[in-house]
Amino acid sequence: MEKSLKWRGLLVLIVTVVALIYLVPTLVRKVPESWPKIFSKKISLGLDLQGGMHLDMEVRTEKAVENEVVRIKDDIKRLLGQKKIWARSVEKTENNDIVIKFLSPEFRDQGLELIENQYREFTVEGTPSEDARVLTLRLQDKVREQIADLAVSQAREVIERRINPEGVREPSIQTLGRNRIVIELPGVMDIEAARRIIERTGQLSFQMVIETAPTAQSLLDRHAGKPPEGSVILMGAEDGRTVAYLLEREAKVTGADLKDARLGYDEYGQVAVDFELNPKGARRFGVLTGKNVGKRLAIVLEGKVQSAPVIRSKITDRGQITGIGTVEEARELQIVLRSGAMPAPVEFRYQSIVGPSLGSDSIRRGVKSAIIGGILVVLFMVFYYRLSGAIADLVLALNMVFILAVLAGFRATLTLPGIAGIVLTIGMAVDANVLIFERIREEIRTGKTPRSAIDGGYSKALLTILDANITTVIAAVVLFQFGTGPVKGFAVTLTVGIIASLFTALFVSRLFFDFLLVKVGMKTVSI
Amino acid sequence: MELIKPGIRVNFVGFRRYGFVLSAILILVSILSLLLHGGPNLGVDFKGGTLIQVKVPAQVAVSQLREGLEAMGLPGAEVQRFGKPGESEYLIRVEISETGLERLSDQIKESLEGKFGSNTVEIRRVEMVGPKAGRELTDKALFALFFAILFIAVYISGRFEMKWIASALMAISIGIPCYLLKDSVGLSYLILLVVCIMLGLCILLRFRFALGAVAALIHDVIITVGAFSLTNKEFSLPIVAALLTIIGYSLNDTIVVFDRIRENLKKMRRQAFGEVINISINETLSRTILTSATTLVVVVVLFLLGGGVIHDFAFALLVGVIVGTYSSIFVASPILLFLEEKGKSGRRLPR
Repeated sequence: MEKSLKWRGLLVLIVTVVALIYLVPTLVRKVPESWPKIFSKKISLGLDLQGGMHLDMEVRTEKAVENEVVRIKDDIKRLLGQKKIWARSVEKTENNDIVIKFLSPEFRDQGLELIENQYREFTVEGTPSEDARVLTLRLQDKVREQIADLAVSQAREVIERRINPEGVREPSIQTLGRNRIVIELPGVMDIEAARRIIERTGQLSFQMVIETAPTAQSLLDRHAGKPPEGSVILMGAEDGRTVAYLLEREAKVTGADLKDARLGYDEYGQVAVDFELNPKGARRFGVLTGKNVGKRLAIVLEGKVQSAPVIRSKITDRGQITGIGTVEEARELQIVLRSGAMPAPVEFRYQSIVGPSLGSDSIRRGVKSAIIGGILVVLFMVFYYRLSGAIADLVLALNMVFILAVLAGFRATLTLPGIAGIVLTIGMAVDANVLIFERIREEIRTGKTPRSAIDGGYSKALLTILDANITTVIAAVVLFQFGTGPVKGFAVTLTVGIIASLFTALFVSRLFFDFLLVKVGMKTVSI
Repeated sequence: MELIKPGIRVNFVGFRRYGFVLSAILILVSILSLLLHGGPNLGVDFKGGTLIQVKVPAQVAVSQLREGLEAMGLPGAEVQRFGKPGESEYLIRVEISETGLERLSDQIKESLEGKFGSNTVEIRRVEMVGPKAGRELTDKALFALFFAILFIAVYISGRFEMKWIASALMAISIGIPCYLLKDSVGLSYLILLVVCIMLGLCILLRFRFALGAVAALIHDVIITVGAFSLTNKEFSLPIVAALLTIIGYSLNDTIVVFDRIRENLKKMRRQAFGEVINISINETLSRTILTSATTLVVVVVLFLLGGGVIHDFAFALLVGVIVGTYSSIFVASPILLFLEEKGKSGRRLPR
């Protein structure tokens, strides 16, 4: 026994020292430079304790699919025209199919051949109308999923660039499930601004102006109630009055061609955003502006005409967006343009801001009440179980150290529910000690020697303690599987805590008793 | 020192009818209160909407705040004082969670500062939950609770009655349909139904220990939720964590008593089952009371000193710990006997 005592003592000592080393970065404000890297992990505080912003959103991937189908539809239309395969109409349906009505069954067969060769992402559906001139194309499910997944990962990148333009903050951005993005930003309080900046589509395009009118209706009246083929009507404002623009539908240059965007000032000293195009975009921009000198070019931002200056001379790689408003708005626009367009809109599911004072309040009060509660329990244990109670207290303190060290090792984030998990574990650890001590008392009452009483007490309490803790671990594992964020935090601390308290209650406290029996030669158990 | 003298013999089993009556009354009151209030007073994290927690320099009447909000064009805003008595923090809940919300918190701050003076009002927390997210959260929480209980039932039947296979089969036959049906039916009704089926199966298959433990858990959860409903406290996500804690605690308590029953059944082959149960409860009584007392000490301190969310959390624990201790003695253990009496008389539990 003496030998095993030495080894057990050594084990406990090593575990304790390692745990304390792990805890240093969490407890010490500034860790020395030479501190080893593997021990530098620490517990971070959740947003509910630290204060900050939490945004949970869903990317509307069906919109990305729709956009893609629209793009392909226009593509097909153009291709059919080029090949002189005449179709009466090429339309997109509600559920994102493309329906082509050809002029004759022969054209349909030609078109079918062309599409089967060029657009393998589509399957051709049977013609429900039994009309030999109609072709229905459906995007394959696999391709739909690919588009959706791509949209989510792109959206995530765009969002990251938008909320963290300088790359200095430490936001946590996670993708959850297929289409959810969760952002946590410690410290940032302006949720409206953050939300606004994320919600912007950031779509920018340059389209030639065909003509303008005060209202869309008057434009329509001029063109028999429908914008002519290849054109589109968009609204904008000039000198405080709304203006309807008839624009060329096709945008030769878009936001995707941007290389950079910066804050600048226009000729009247108003704030503006200067942009620079990449070489490919600059070439196209040069061609576009070169052959349209004297005409007006509309800068279309998020579906609205931002401004429509007259092209004075050929422009290649630089330009300016004016008429923005405040500096703050210009800065937002600059960030949005730099980050690129969102592939699909997002819908907010959950947002929260916790003020920093509430967080520190929760900690202060939580810690204060935990300390008072802890002291009461410690006193009670010593009062009730004497020396054994003191051992239990010591072991409980070690238990806390182990739990926190493991959490630090996992870089866990401590939240309020997580603290609840720790409170429950501490309760269960006290209970384990109480179970053991009550058993030892029972054994002593039957007149056993201290050694066999302690032996009996531990072995009889063992099964009970294991059963109680295992059932709780089962619950914790299920909660981890099914639960959401906060519930997960609870499950993690609970599981860690139970393992730590099993170790301390069954192994470490036993060590103390054995030490007292063997080394000190304890004759009666103070319990 | 000893609080409970060894050799104590309280006839708990003899009192079990009173216990059942008391439990029935508590559960009835809880369910009645829930029915009258139209379910628990769900927080925005479950219901969707916007919650704003403000701290103002002095206490005002809730009705005054509400009038102010109505003047701002926010009719139907719910206002509730938050935290301990004497604190001047308020929760404002608005149903909108989407557009039209721009600068809502700023507006509220401005309007309140018009009353209390500038820079005196602090917006401490804003939460906006889309209705979809809220429903999902409710579903997930219910689901997690249900599966936790199901697996616990398997473990208990296995460990205490060696019915591993039968109980696993039960879990599979309940769990899988439930998992598959989760999107097609209202989840709360589904869970209610499967919990009833589970309890029925436990009775039918004579999983005595599992039935006792699970019934005690459900008993505790219903009464705690009922207490929240009676006091009209907000039922938010941290409270779910509290419920989980209570389940863990109550289970722990029940298992300790069950363990002693199992041990004593081996030792005392002559005694009647009821007698064994009674002896076991008495033998573990000292531990039960000590553990509950230490836990209650901590919880009471949290209740008195912890502000805001912690206060409500501690309230749940306070109710849960008391009810949980009571239920392991007066609900879980007597149910073992109840099933024994329902079964063939005189047949003992398998060992």
